[in-house]
This record gives sequence, structure tokens and C-alpha cells, in this order.
Amino acid sequence: MDAALTPLLLTLKVAAWATLFAGLAGIAAGLLLAKTRFPGRDVVDALLLLPMVMPPTVLGYYLLVAFGRRSALGQWLETHLGIELIFTWQGAVAASAIVGFPLVFKAARTAIEAVDRNLENAGRTLGYGEWTVFTRVTLPLAWRGIVAGAMLAFARAIGEFGATLMVAGNIPGRTQTMSIAIYEAVHAGDDALANTLVLIASVVCVVLLVGASIALRRGQRNVQPL
Amino acid sequence: MRFDIDIGKAVRAQGRRFDLAVRFAVDTERLALFGASGAGKSLTLQAIAGLLRPDRGRIAVDGDVWFDHARNIHRPPRDRRVGFVFQDYALFPHRTVEQNVAAARMSWYPSRLADDGQRKVASLLDAFGLHDVRRSYPEQLSGGQRQRTALARALAAEPRLLLLDEPFAALDAALRTKLRAELLDIQRRFAVPMILITHDADDLVQCADHVVTLREGRVAEGDAGA
Repeated sequence: MDAALTPLLLTLKVAAWATLFAGLAGIAAGLLLAKTRFPGRDVVDALLLLPMVMPPTVLGYYLLVAFGRRSALGQWLETHLGIELIFTWQGAVAASAIVGFPLVFKAARTAIEAVDRNLENAGRTLGYGEWTVFTRVTLPLAWRGIVAGAMLAFARAIGEFGATLMVAGNIPGRTQTMSIAIYEAVHAGDDALANTLVLIASVVCVVLLVGASIALRRGQRNVQPL
Repeated sequence: MRFDIDIGKAVRAQGRRFDLAVRFAVDTERLALFGASGAGKSLTLQAIAGLLRPDRGRIAVDGDVWFDHARNIHRPPRDRRVGFVFQDYALFPHRTVEQNVAAARMSWYPSRLADDGQRKVASLLDAFGLHDVRRSYPEQLSGGQRQRTALARALAAEPRLLLLDEPFAALDAALRTKLRAELLDIQRRFAVPMILITHDADDLVQCADHVVTLREGRVAEGDAGA
């Protein structure tokens, strides 16, 4: 059972951290693109969506080049923050976060743009500063869309294979996530382990889906659209 | 209350250009901005509220300068202490009637309302006949209740000036007459000066002491006041 449990727990840990980072960055980028006008905005928008269309292995290769020991960024991270991304589970988090980021960003941007500007203006005339307008009006009204995007990012992180394999590798117990463990079990002819892992992965996905739809319906009751 | 308004703003929407150049000086407690739709009434009101920054000119209320292009003064809405009742009321759909009315006085969460704030909200709910629907959401209210909620919410902030954007446009004729009388009563009871904008001549007779007529972004002849 350990052979199945270890990759599952690792996958959940990686996906949770990746969703957190992708979520924060996605909300910030979505807010920026929804609320500001600046030259080159369309280019930035396209660049931010790039991880969604790029092959995961290509993305993984870029990460490898950007964060490897020989890169300036990788060296800086290691000496100043003690973070090493290559062949570590933190690397898997980075890969999953970047792959999942466009899903949150796109959802957040759409949801924030859909918030009635008059509601934000109402907040302003009631004495709110811009931060309060965001936390009290914009964010609660855009929340459902953002959560839906974050859930997609989480699911995407659980299934992440290509970029993770490139960056974090396949070290059992340390960086071997569920998708990679399944691949290896099948390759090694370990049908029993492969079956167990596939079953777990399927159950986790169904639970996520059902949980998400319940959470969204609850949210709907609290957040009454006009 | 004395209003010294002299503002200019070029607005582009759907490829068309609209030039707002509104100038008037009046001293009144009940001012109406009157004109057809597209005459620039809403833009003028938004500029007074601080929601729109004019390209040039000056806004002073009772000698307080709220906007002065030459001196680079543009006080944000929260520093102007105006109550704004939006045409569609702009009630927060994710908050109950009570939370909407308390919106200006909430710190972070509704439960953190200070005692005097709670008393204020309760007295407003009573005064506006909203006590029984205080736990309802805006979408569950009738048109008249929505307007009362919007008025109560604006007055909870104890504004020095109340701005109303077509307050009766969303209501049917029978309700309109009733609510005009209500508004007048409220304006007197709370002793708060008001500016309302309307395209309905009936509103002027009942609700305004002074009328400024706008036509194609300008004040019509002979209406600019002293």
C-alpha cells in the first residue's frame, strides 16, 4: 500500500501548493489585465496564456534551463533562499503551478471583468478605498469564477506529467507523483500497482468533481446574482 | 448648499465623441439636472461624486474644492462624503438588505459593526420600512424596496450631499408618485441637500427647487444661475 500511498500524498501536496501559487498569481494578473490599460496589454495577455498551449515537455525544458544550477536565477534561488527546483518536489510545484496558472488567470480575468462597475463605484461612494473595493465588492462577486479556475488548475496539477518529469524527474518517494508512478508501474509490468494507482486517481478525480459542484452550488446560494 | 461647477470632458464611446462642457453656479438644497438621455447628466453627476475625473475645470461645493484641474486637485469619492443612489440602485447582490445598509459602516465583517453603527442601521431600516426584509437579498425585493434600500445605504454614511441618478426611472407610474413624496420627506427629515438627475418633467415639479437643463453636453441658455 505504501507504494501507492506515497505518490498519492506527494501528488496532493504538490497540487495544493501549485494551486495556491497559481491562484495568487492568477488573481493578481487577472485583476491587472481586467482593470488597467497599458501599451502591449494584448501581448502580455497572450504571453500569460502561453503555458496552456505549449507542450508540457517544452515548458519543462524552459524551466530546466531557467532554474538549473548553471542559470543565474537557479543559483540565486539556491544561495539566497535555499530553494532548489531541479529534481525536488518544489520543482514539481513550480512546473504544476506554471501549467495551471493560465486556467486561474483566464477565469479570474473573465470573472473580474463581469463585475458590474457600478457596484464598485457604489463602494467608492460609501467610503471604500481601492483595496476595500477589491476585497469587499470585486473579489466576493468574482469568487465563484476564480474558484472554478482554481479547481481546474488543481485537477491539471494532479494530472501533470510532462513538465514535472522534465524538472523534478522520477525519484520514488521524493518526486514521483501519481501520474509518473502509474507510467512506471505499467512499464515495469506491475499490473497490481498500476491498477491500485489508477483506481485511486479515478476516485480522487470523482471526489474532486462532486466536491467542486457542491461547493459551487453552496456559493450560489450565498452569492445571489441580480 | 452652494455648487460651483465648471467642467469639461471628452468622452469616446463606440467610435463617437461626446464633449461635456457644463458650467453652472447655484445655491439650493434641491437641485435637478434635467435633460434628455445623452445630454451629459450622468457624467456631470459622476464628476461631482468623484467617480469621473474631468479633463479640465473646477468643482467646488460650499467653497470646498473637490476638483481643480489647474491645481491638480481631485479628491477621491471617499473624501467627498457624497451619498450616491444609482439608476439601477447598484445594491450589493451578495449582501442582505441589512448588510447593504450597513456597508458604509462595516469594518471588515458585518458582525464587527460598532454599537452606534448598529443603532444607526436599525433606525434606518425602521425609518425606511425595511425591517421585515432585512434578511432578504436585493433580488428578492420589489422596485420600491430596492430604492429604499439604496437610499438607506447612502444615508448610513451620513453624507453631506445626496446624488440621485434617475431615481424613479425603473419604477412604474403609480409607484413613482408615491416615492417622489417619500424622497422629499426623507430629504427634509435628514436635512441633506440633494442633486437628482431626471428626464421626467414631473420629477421637477415635486422634487426640485432649482433646475439646470442640459442639452448635448451643455447647460441650456439662461439656466447657468448666478
